[in-house]
Amino acid sequence: MQRKGTVIDVKRARIAYPYIFVWMPLFIVAPMIFVLYYALFRDGQFTLDFVKQVFSDTTYVPALWNSVWIALVTTVVCLLAGYPVAYILSHMKTRTAALVSMLFILPMWMNMLLRTLAWKILLYDDGIIINVLSWFGINSGQLLYTPGAVLIATIYDFLPFMILPIYTTLMKIDSSHIEAAHDLGANGAQTFMKVVLPQSVPGIISGITMVFVPAMSTFAVSTMLGGKKVLLLGQVIEEKFLANKSFGVGSTLSLVLIVLVILSMVIMRSVDRENGREGGTLW
Amino acid sequence: MKRMTALFLAIIMIACFTQVFTACNSEKTLNLLNWGDYLAPELKDEFKKRTGITIKEKPLTSNEEMMIQLEADDCPYDLCIPSDYAVERMIAEGRLAEIDHANIPNLQYIGERFLNLDFDPGNKYSIPYTWGVLGIIYNKTMVDEADLGSWDILWNEKYSQQIIMYDSIRDTMAAALRYCGYDINTENPDELKEAADALIAQRPLVKAYLTDDVKDSMIQGSGALALVYSGDAVWCTDPDEGNTDLGFFIPEEGSNIYFDNIVIPVNSSKKEMAEQFINFLLDPEIASINTEYVGYSSPNTAVLDLLDEWFVNNAAYNIPEEDTVNCVIFRDLGDKINLYNNEWDRIFK
Amino acid sequence: MKKLGKFIKGAYLGIIVLFMYMPILVMIVMSFTESRSAASWNGFSLGAYSALFADGDVMDALLTTLLVAVVASVLATIIGTLTAIGLYSMKKRPRAVVESITQLPMVNPDLVTGIAMMLLFAFIGIKQDFGVIRMIIAHITFNIPYVIFSVMPKLRQSSDALYEAALDLGCSPLTALTKVVIPDIMPGIISGLLLAFTLSIDDFAISLFTGGTSTNLSMLIYSKTAKGGVHTKFCALSALMFVVVGILLLIVNLRSISQEKQAAEQNKKVMRRV
Repeated sequence: MQRKGTVIDVKRARIAYPYIFVWMPLFIVAPMIFVLYYALFRDGQFTLDFVKQVFSDTTYVPALWNSVWIALVTTVVCLLAGYPVAYILSHMKTRTAALVSMLFILPMWMNMLLRTLAWKILLYDDGIIINVLSWFGINSGQLLYTPGAVLIATIYDFLPFMILPIYTTLMKIDSSHIEAAHDLGANGAQTFMKVVLPQSVPGIISGITMVFVPAMSTFAVSTMLGGKKVLLLGQVIEEKFLANKSFGVGSTLSLVLIVLVILSMVIMRSVDRENGREGGTLW
Repeated sequence: MKRMTALFLAIIMIACFTQVFTACNSEKTLNLLNWGDYLAPELKDEFKKRTGITIKEKPLTSNEEMMIQLEADDCPYDLCIPSDYAVERMIAEGRLAEIDHANIPNLQYIGERFLNLDFDPGNKYSIPYTWGVLGIIYNKTMVDEADLGSWDILWNEKYSQQIIMYDSIRDTMAAALRYCGYDINTENPDELKEAADALIAQRPLVKAYLTDDVKDSMIQGSGALALVYSGDAVWCTDPDEGNTDLGFFIPEEGSNIYFDNIVIPVNSSKKEMAEQFINFLLDPEIASINTEYVGYSSPNTAVLDLLDEWFVNNAAYNIPEEDTVNCVIFRDLGDKINLYNNEWDRIFK
Repeated sequence: MKKLGKFIKGAYLGIIVLFMYMPILVMIVMSFTESRSAASWNGFSLGAYSALFADGDVMDALLTTLLVAVVASVLATIIGTLTAIGLYSMKKRPRAVVESITQLPMVNPDLVTGIAMMLLFAFIGIKQDFGVIRMIIAHITFNIPYVIFSVMPKLRQSSDALYEAALDLGCSPLTALTKVVIPDIMPGIISGLLLAFTLSIDDFAISLFTGGTSTNLSMLIYSKTAKGGVHTKFCALSALMFVVVGILLLIVNLRSISQEKQAAEQNKKVMRRV
């Protein structure tokens, strides 16, 4: 038998040429070059002014940290809350699981801004959450326009993106492994730690990337619920391009964002490698 | 069955593609760059009925965004509604087309005091759309009557976490500058620094920095005091939709008086159609429908006769001339605006 | 003990489902309030729905969103599928390079993709007037990778022998492609198309920067509510969207379940014969 996989066929490869030689350079590579150009050049002259400005100016660094910690907390909470859901789902009968997982897919198909908007209504000073809390005698104080409001909405928006990939990998785990572990005398916790958890790492990794990256660059949520009390990197970038016309600073901040994203992916990938698995093709 | 589905899909695709091309460049469409909820929607239908011209609105949230849109070489807009200082800047940069007054006979209805203002002498480039004063809206159940009257109240610790500020550079800085006793158009860095320091000191007292959200927050009673435009105050005190516990005052130290104006970007290829729309908006009946929807005061003198009694008696709508004596228009500061931007960034760091 | 475990599991799942649906439920409830603002309940009315349908801006934005999503996802699927087939037949090295670059729009924050596209359009002179076309190009660009990476695994699974056999039997490469390869990878193409469509319909950041004079639904919601009050017509919109999406998902799900059933029965029959 011939090797499985690719048949190298130059003629057939040609149908990819329009994309490879026109679309990709024009619409993927060129735009990124523009971002680089605006970040590093002013009136055609190379300059590091924008880079210096971004890291020395006390406005941008806090926004950067805000974005990082909001994204980190969101990812951790989504993981901790989402993993058990995926685990429970994977132990259901296939048909019930399909229907229940649909419950988590459905909100994903709704417009994200509308879902965020709903939190505004919930968190109003005279809104449901504050009233319910006060029935229980809890005085929560103001909720809307606080960092907590931004956080809860990002968690809400991204939770399904954590649950679903973990659920799919958990489904793939061979039940004979678990049975073998039981037969060898492992208790439930041991089986979970030694068999289930390690095998679900790829799902966790893709869940983390699917939550962390968009959470890092989110700006609509904090404009809608943050009341300018929590300034995120995404908001600053939006403002630089749409309200200030500081393309230089805006592009530099975009580059910072890209670097952070790539960095997080490299970390993820090395974790995945340590687990002895091929870590996708993400950079 | 399969063939039917394929045919059906093909028809949808063709319909989509034709739609794409017709959506792009229509002869009978005017692109209007506007603030959100700043034109009564039924007027667009009415205008279309009368002239066949469609108004396509693009909502923005600040004068700065409008100025950037007009700077673009491919600026696609035919009409825009910037405030006074933005108009001044746009004129200086040559971004506006001269308006032919012969095409706007309804200009006769605009009151004397709204014409020929400093930012556009002779109204060559701009026609007044709305006007008002920056002031303070307060909740009578939460604020002591005795504390009213001055900008001080926004720094009163009694109202900690109940004060809402406006998320807009010039307006919030204007409040701080008047509080510190300076001119709202100052270019003096020391004065600006002092004003910004006052705002930094005020931050712990502030519940949030909002723009249009202010209205909902005040109506719900979740703030005691807020910096607002008089037009928003009108909306907030509306007996049907608003909250009757709310009141409005203009601080005695004086404030900013603003005029929003309709202008035509110089690149517009549909100037005559745009003028037709401006004339339509100045028609007393149309203007009264619009002002009732928007809540901002109309410069149209014929409108007061057509309006509901409630508007005429509302001090935030029908602002008496003597209340505006100490009020100043924002001037365009050119590059000096960066002084403001820098101080502004400092407040939020 | 086992019962307790089951109860805890059920309760936990219930709490999370409640968390997911509480906001949607609130939107649905508030869509029936009489006031213009979703901040307070003051009596039942269908006013929000009539306000929604009377609002030309919302209807325009809805049309733009659907238009862009349909055109962009279909074109992205065509380009993406062809590219995937071509890439699959390429040498390893150049293929890896192309695949890495193709991943850029997936890896990049959408905000950055939008900005980059905006800078490009300004440079090459695709005017803001052509907002719909700008949006379509941007959406195709970020959809293509998702299509390629849904089609690729299916290509790997499909057998090359079939394609070669078709060639041996005298098919032209084109016929072999349309008659053999494409039907074989159809499930991948369809899932790529669906993914592209949903991404496109939900997009906000990329459209915000590329939209020009056109406004899609996300942009409209953002500009009307981000810094303003929540008008109840947006609650009505949410309620309607929820119902439509729910019904669609239910149909898809029921269909796949019944297909599985059929497949399972067929398997049984085959097994019995063996």
